Amino acid sequence: MKLIRKNSQASGAGSVSVGMPGEAIGRRAFLRRSGLTLGGTAVASMLPATMMRKAHAAEGYAPQAGVETVTRRSICTHCSVGCGVIAEVQNGVWTGQEPDFESPFNLGSHCAKGASVREHGIGERRLKYPTKLENGKWKRLSWDQAIDEIGDQMLKIREQSGPDSVYWLGSAKHSNEQSYLFRKFAAYWGTNNVDHQARICHSTTVAGVANTWGYGAMTNSYNDMHNCKAMIFVGSNPCEAHPVAMQHILRAKENGAKMIVVDPRFTRTSAHADLAVQIRPGTDVAIMWGMLWHIFENGWEDREYIRQRVYGMDEIRQEVAKWTPAETERVTGVPEETVKAAAKMMAENRPGTIVWCMGGTQHTIGNNNTRSYCVLQLALGNIGKSGGGANIFRGHDNVQGATDLGVLSHTLPGYYGLSAGSWGHWARVWETDLNWLKGRFDQAKVVGDGGKEVSPMNYKGIPVSRWVDGVNEDKNNIGQRDNIRCMVYMGHAVNSQSRGPEMKKAMEKLDLMVIIDPYPTHAAVMNDRTDGIYLLPASTQFETYGSVTASNRSIQWRDKVIEPVWESLPDQTILYKFAKKLGFADELFKNIKVDAGRDEPRVEDITREINRGMWTIGYTGQSPERLKAHAEHRATFNTTTLKAEGGPVDGDFYGMPWPSWGTPEMKHPGTPVLYDPSKPVAEGGLTFRARFGVERNGVNLLAEGSYSVGSEIRDGYPEFSDKVLKQLGWWDDLTDDEKKLAEGKNWKTDLSGGIQRVAIKHGCAPFGNAKARTVVWTFPDPVPIHREPLYTPRRDLLPQYATYEDRKRHYRLPTRYGSIQAQDFSKEYPLVYSSGRLVEYEGGGEEQRSNRWLAELQQDMFVEINPKDANDRGLQDGQMVWLSTPEGAKIKVMTMVTRRVAPGVVWCPFHFGGWFQGKDLKDKYPEGTAPYVRGEAANTAFTYGYDSVTQMQETKVTLCQIQAA
Amino acid sequence: MARMKFLCDAERCIECNACVVACKNENSVPWGVNRRRVVVLDDGVPGEKSISVACMHCTDAPCAAVCPVDCFYTTEDGIVLHDKDLCIGCGYCFYACPFGAPQYPQKEAFGVRGKMDKCTFCAGGPPADNSDAEYKKYGRNRIAEGKLPLCAEFCSTKALLGGDGDMIADIYRKRVLKRGGRPQTWGWETAYKAS
Repeated sequence: MKLIRKNSQASGAGSVSVGMPGEAIGRRAFLRRSGLTLGGTAVASMLPATMMRKAHAAEGYAPQAGVETVTRRSICTHCSVGCGVIAEVQNGVWTGQEPDFESPFNLGSHCAKGASVREHGIGERRLKYPTKLENGKWKRLSWDQAIDEIGDQMLKIREQSGPDSVYWLGSAKHSNEQSYLFRKFAAYWGTNNVDHQARICHSTTVAGVANTWGYGAMTNSYNDMHNCKAMIFVGSNPCEAHPVAMQHILRAKENGAKMIVVDPRFTRTSAHADLAVQIRPGTDVAIMWGMLWHIFENGWEDREYIRQRVYGMDEIRQEVAKWTPAETERVTGVPEETVKAAAKMMAENRPGTIVWCMGGTQHTIGNNNTRSYCVLQLALGNIGKSGGGANIFRGHDNVQGATDLGVLSHTLPGYYGLSAGSWGHWARVWETDLNWLKGRFDQAKVVGDGGKEVSPMNYKGIPVSRWVDGVNEDKNNIGQRDNIRCMVYMGHAVNSQSRGPEMKKAMEKLDLMVIIDPYPTHAAVMNDRTDGIYLLPASTQFETYGSVTASNRSIQWRDKVIEPVWESLPDQTILYKFAKKLGFADELFKNIKVDAGRDEPRVEDITREINRGMWTIGYTGQSPERLKAHAEHRATFNTTTLKAEGGPVDGDFYGMPWPSWGTPEMKHPGTPVLYDPSKPVAEGGLTFRARFGVERNGVNLLAEGSYSVGSEIRDGYPEFSDKVLKQLGWWDDLTDDEKKLAEGKNWKTDLSGGIQRVAIKHGCAPFGNAKARTVVWTFPDPVPIHREPLYTPRRDLLPQYATYEDRKRHYRLPTRYGSIQAQDFSKEYPLVYSSGRLVEYEGGGEEQRSNRWLAELQQDMFVEINPKDANDRGLQDGQMVWLSTPEGAKIKVMTMVTRRVAPGVVWCPFHFGGWFQGKDLKDKYPEGTAPYVRGEAANTAFTYGYDSVTQMQETKVTLCQIQAA
Repeated sequence: MARMKFLCDAERCIECNACVVACKNENSVPWGVNRRRVVVLDDGVPGEKSISVACMHCTDAPCAAVCPVDCFYTTEDGIVLHDKDLCIGCGYCFYACPFGAPQYPQKEAFGVRGKMDKCTFCAGGPPADNSDAEYKKYGRNRIAEGKLPLCAEFCSTKALLGGDGDMIADIYRKRVLKRGGRPQTWGWETAYKAS
């Protein structure tokens, strides 16, 4: 019997209507109003999942029939793969996402995060208005009032304690232009206390790799991995952290490449590998040297490559000789046959690539780890080759760009450093009087890291990993006039940093906290302040435009998808407002047009200023016009080589991966594979950079018999300068105009670009042609060696593998090593505690936990624990437990009993926040802004420990104990 | 006429949940309802495999066979859809479905099961193509726009393939050949044991 269809209006569709407004009301107006009322409704996570109402389906953002749809293109703002996003917009509302099949990076694909980016534009949990905390209550205020009040307090602090007492914490979520502007802003304020997440992400990579062969960046690309014959992943889990990269990786695997994963956990990536090598956490150098032991033992190294292009391999051999199979197993826990199999796989399948991420970098010896990876690849002759390389996957969407543009306490944009010459260069680019700039800084000299007096302007600032100590430490012990008194967090998740209780204390000690973010963030709620927190709503990258640098150094242009939502403003506008209030806007924006009325600086003008100054790493060729042309014609690029085949940008590499040498008019195509001499420099070829001199202890540091195709100098050569050009007789190749600017300058400081142009004309790399060095004589451990973590369960390996001695001053702060390791906590805290990523979330997770589609998929903060350790403690799966660490912090989390972790090791994801030491802080958020999912921050319980070169925090190994809650 | 099919390549699926989120985004699927989900076997141990599962749009669909109000119908592309105006939310299709595809949103906190909801292959339902009424009840009708389901289009590793069954078979066959001796999809390791 057929039933008769009922009136569809009467029956409904099993959903509760949110009350769609009539057509008379514009949807934009509706959205603004609905947010006001929805703000007070129950947050999703209060209800069991099955009881969630359709009210959260946001029908107001549905595509509508018969309404014109426009398509806009942007780039995903989650990880560094740089996936193209196609947005459909109706009446200014983001109504749909389509695959960007033309993007050579993602070929239409997304991971969970990329598939959800529309939520940024329609989400209900965004911070909606400037808000301040007053007498324990959140109070709305206007932008003008907020800027005024904050500015007045900053100026007061500046007067009392100097410019270094205000800390400018920027972001890897800035676009390139915003990053650059932010760093420049800090310079004009007069401080080097400026930094961002790269410090706690890949700072040890940048330092280690740049000091090995010249540049601290991914050498090849995700796409180039199609050409790999072998791939070894160390502390990298792309299945969760860079899912779209797996498309390229699996393509390589299907082409026959071997895949090795070295990780303390059996990760989702390990599940796809040919060989999973489970090491004890923190033994990266040991496993690399263990592998290299087999390589040297069997003569698998590339001797000719080493002779021509590598310095110091003999010193490495001496160290590696100690890492016999027995010793390697004793330290790493990996048996000989596995280590040998991995070494053999890499040796027999060349070219092979190495990929590493936070598992390798976040250690007190992070810089040793990254250099040991480089050495493995140099020994195998894998660097500077398509299919080889050090494919260092960066984290945030623009962490490469923000690093390049110097949102860092130890350098100006372009890795120029902080020396007098660096300031001189940038002052010329900025057309700002150098003396005026000098006057912006604290004038009194302080005792620097090496014990010598130094001017604050030339002294690297406090890194983000240590701002807490910049507040808490006795001011007599720090390398600046006074403690930090005001923190500005512009796009930063404090829950990504270790030592939660200390951080809380610091926050409560500050005069002022300014949080500029699309969301209120964990910082707004984790402390018990009752006054002096300002929350300023920032727009996401979908509400503005500009360029972004993917992990492979390609630069992509983003279009604006929608206007800023609620009262949020793009970062460049916020910075302009602050500069105006603080009194240096005219100077800061001298060559950047600002649209009056909107206070919005022209992004293209900033790009062009970047082009004029960033000679060191070749951010000079990528003009806004070229970047936009690449975006438009992205379908013309080959998806393996990234080279345009025909079309208007024929011959260019997609996004002109830096270096794109010289001026935009020179039309350098970008460099797809760093240090690859098989192509002319003019066509993207390169040599190793001559960065460390030409000779050391009588040994030649320049390349021997190796040079890029078409080079007129058929051997190694130093970096180019006016003098070198004159010696070579090439000076007259410069035009008269170029000569004027190039006189007395070198390839990094010649603003005409002529020196670079002429060097390349003769087939040479502007930065010289040298050997890569395996021994970094300026570092604490010139040859990378293994040292146990500060909190180690293996007391039997001490003092043989002891850590460093305590340091009095390192980036302005006392830094402890030996005094911590001397204490034995391994009895009371027997488990090794480590952390990592989940695919649905990223970084501090504020955006994703506030995104209903993603939040639903990961609702509980958890700890992975092996069945053995769980049974020893009488714990069951899904039970709440206390995880406590030696410095007194404890977090309340849910168990996940799994063999993914070995016995003795536990692991937590680091994206949660909104809880603090057992307490849900939901009620402390401004109304309607609490993330759907909250949980303990893994890092609340992480302990002390900082890299010996960069102050990277140790968040991969500490000790803990777990007991039922 | 095309015969629409999904195929999830277990050698490529990395459990990234892009498919799940794509579905939520495109069809405004509420919290608690998952038209598509990723199932993991042997989680955390060697042999771990994941696969994305939704309605398989069966030729002889068991859900349709048991439905007491006969709310299911098959489009000319071979997509199995249902009429929420007829559905009584009894749950019998959930009983019959071998894949656990039917979902039941709750009407209210202590209410009864709502109308059944499931994957539409991004093909909407009975109301006019891409009308507001169709979107509200079933989600977007991509098929009517000449597009394929967003879950498959967004898949991070191109593991999930959706579209004309013959074309999918071609793509998959090429992959199998390319991989040579490597184990293929589910069951092969058991069915054709390499000695």
